[in-house]
Amino acid sequence: MSEQKLQSQTVQTTGHAWDGDLQEYNNPLPVWWVYSFYACVVFALVYWIIYPSWPVGKSFLSGMSNVTYVNDKGETVSHHWNTRAVFMADMNRAAAEQKPYFDKVSAMSYQAIAKDPEMNGFILSAGKALFADNCAACHQAGGQGVPGFFPNLTDDDWLYGGSFETIHTTVVGGRRAYMPAFGEVLSATEIDQLANYVASLSAIGHDAAKAQAGNALFHSDTAACFYCHGADAKGRREIGAPNLTDKIWLWADVPKVDGAAAKVVAIRNVINGGLNKGVMPAWGERLSPEQIKVLTVYVHELGGGQ
Amino acid sequence: MQTGLEEQLGLYQKRIPIVTRSVKGRFRRFKTAVLVLAYAIFFLLPWLPWHRLDAPSQAVLFDLPARHFLIFGLTVYPQDVVWLALLLFIAAILLFFVTGLVGRAFCGYFCFQTVWTDFFIWIEARLQGERPARIRLIRQPWDREKILKVGGTHVLWVLASFWTALSFVLYFGYAPDLLVRFFQGEAAAAAYLTVSILTVLTYAAAGLMREQVCTYVCPYGRFQSAMYEPPTLAVHYDVRRGEGAHGRASARAGLRTLGARHAQGHGDCVDCNLCVQVCPAGIDIRDGLQYKCISCGLCIDACNTIMDSFNFPRGLIRYDSEANLALAAPDKPRLHWKRLNIIGYGIALVLMTGYLGYSIVTRSSFDRAVTQIRQPLYVVLSNGDIRNRYQIRLTNKSGRDMRYQIDATGLPVGALDLGNFRQLSIKTGHSALVQASVRLSPEWAARTSTFNLSITPLDLPGERRIEAIRFDKPGGQK
Repeated sequence: MSEQKLQSQTVQTTGHAWDGDLQEYNNPLPVWWVYSFYACVVFALVYWIIYPSWPVGKSFLSGMSNVTYVNDKGETVSHHWNTRAVFMADMNRAAAEQKPYFDKVSAMSYQAIAKDPEMNGFILSAGKALFADNCAACHQAGGQGVPGFFPNLTDDDWLYGGSFETIHTTVVGGRRAYMPAFGEVLSATEIDQLANYVASLSAIGHDAAKAQAGNALFHSDTAACFYCHGADAKGRREIGAPNLTDKIWLWADVPKVDGAAAKVVAIRNVINGGLNKGVMPAWGERLSPEQIKVLTVYVHELGGGQ
Repeated sequence: MQTGLEEQLGLYQKRIPIVTRSVKGRFRRFKTAVLVLAYAIFFLLPWLPWHRLDAPSQAVLFDLPARHFLIFGLTVYPQDVVWLALLLFIAAILLFFVTGLVGRAFCGYFCFQTVWTDFFIWIEARLQGERPARIRLIRQPWDREKILKVGGTHVLWVLASFWTALSFVLYFGYAPDLLVRFFQGEAAAAAYLTVSILTVLTYAAAGLMREQVCTYVCPYGRFQSAMYEPPTLAVHYDVRRGEGAHGRASARAGLRTLGARHAQGHGDCVDCNLCVQVCPAGIDIRDGLQYKCISCGLCIDACNTIMDSFNFPRGLIRYDSEANLALAAPDKPRLHWKRLNIIGYGIALVLMTGYLGYSIVTRSSFDRAVTQIRQPLYVVLSNGDIRNRYQIRLTNKSGRDMRYQIDATGLPVGALDLGNFRQLSIKTGHSALVQASVRLSPEWAARTSTFNLSITPLDLPGERRIEAIRFDKPGGQK
């Protein structure tokens, strides 16, 4: 039925004929479309009143909507609506919600924080975010570090000490580790002997005769390794000299290479070239005391602390 | 060649107002009962008190800020979202099941669009009078009477819509407090927004759009056609009985008894048009089953009234099946449930409802999630030991403060390190995050790929949960 109706009816034209018979159809827009269009016009008018809109000379209509926020310098700023101001206001709000927790952090001792389940949960989530923003670039997202460059924070070996206090000192002041290059002081044979001795300390396959010679050299004034690494080769935390007797390797990537000979070579390379890249920047100026405290507890928990 | 002078065919057909006549009967009584019951529940439930120690004393409260739903004695947490999914599945299957049996019963009696429209029509009839009075009012110019009556109707509609919207919002806050704050202008912006949107929607849907919602907007009404089968009961006009050999005829003189009508070849339908006048969808059921029919049964009531007044047998319009009507001698209409899909829907319903009930009754009083820390998967310690770390999240859903203990089995003594939290207290509705680490000697690590972690609520040792946890070591899993 409706099809018949369609055929019997035709479309209106504008009523004007060009060149004798050229006419233009007059297809009105659907009603719903027209009303939607009017609604959009009304929406736009309201929008212009509320939000920044038209350019006027070198300026523009800023709209009636205002956003108030506290900027980085602590000044209260009121600004016409814009996404940056809204973002700042959002950040202010979030900071206000976080504040009670940070206040608690600064009021509590490290031990008390670690024992409080609620604060512990806060440390795990806030610490993770702070760590990701500031520390993960070197120490990696999970704190696992990069062999040869950045120490692993999840193991139980602490170059400068793993107590809350020493971690705090490390974060605030940064660290700089240095080992001289022995390639110019010692002969290749001597360095090989030392490398074998260091390998023997960690029970890696080595040449016993060379290791024995290396042992003497280690404790002699010629090489003077014991000055920093200690007579027992267990390192000295005051200067960040690593323990050579444990299973953890930072600078010489011993676990990655296969075969005893290759492992000794890896150690030899470090003795030969020395190290000047154990640098951690100081965060005391960049982070607030509460943030550093949160990070301290977080890092302490990463590796189990000491 | 079109000249362009013909009448323009609009793309939008203007709505022909449907002015329904009131009717009395079985289906009307049932609809009224459903309406009263539904309104009693919807409008009064937020006010039902329910004693609770640590939460607002409201029987049904969807507490979004606190992230739990309180439904009488049951507390539903976001972790239980699977119940909601199951509930929706059950609702869908129930719709299939019922529609397969008795057609669009949901549409006709239970849908809120139908219920609210019914209520709005009732308001309209109280203020403006019966159908003839309302039709006269429509044709009348805008004089004092029309402005008062029609204006009054719209005012009442808006009020009803507003109270509907407000009642909905009251489910999301402690009602007595929220109501006061709402009128003092101190409620949350979301409350005002929701109330305004719902007021407009209710007013538009139940007052202005009515059957157009069912016809043009609602997808359920349309796809229910797919569930109709020949044995499905639906509101049908008995064409053979009504039309006879020479069609329906009004009950003019000489056609007032069945005998006389049948002798002249006319059917039982006296063409009184009452079935059309009472129809809220504005259709003529005598044209057969059609998509606009919401199966509310009011035409059955109307027809039965007329049949009674003529002393004709009832049921010219009745609930019947297409299959039965096609028979040479139709049987008494009855429910045909012995069909594969109906039984299938039934079994699915029973199983899902059973599982939902079981899941709610045996719900754990706490939630747990043990995640292995994957950066790094394992770490070699200074003496060569291997350490894996885990994050344990516990959520206390018990409704009271609890203490939990975490243990490991299949590990040497002291291998599991929980820092300070081997036992921990969690407030009701709260979560706690615990870092755990497992440290094994290389020999132990070599023969350990999983171990068991158990979490025990100390007050409810019966609810102990044990989970197999993975342990990683150099060289990977063998």
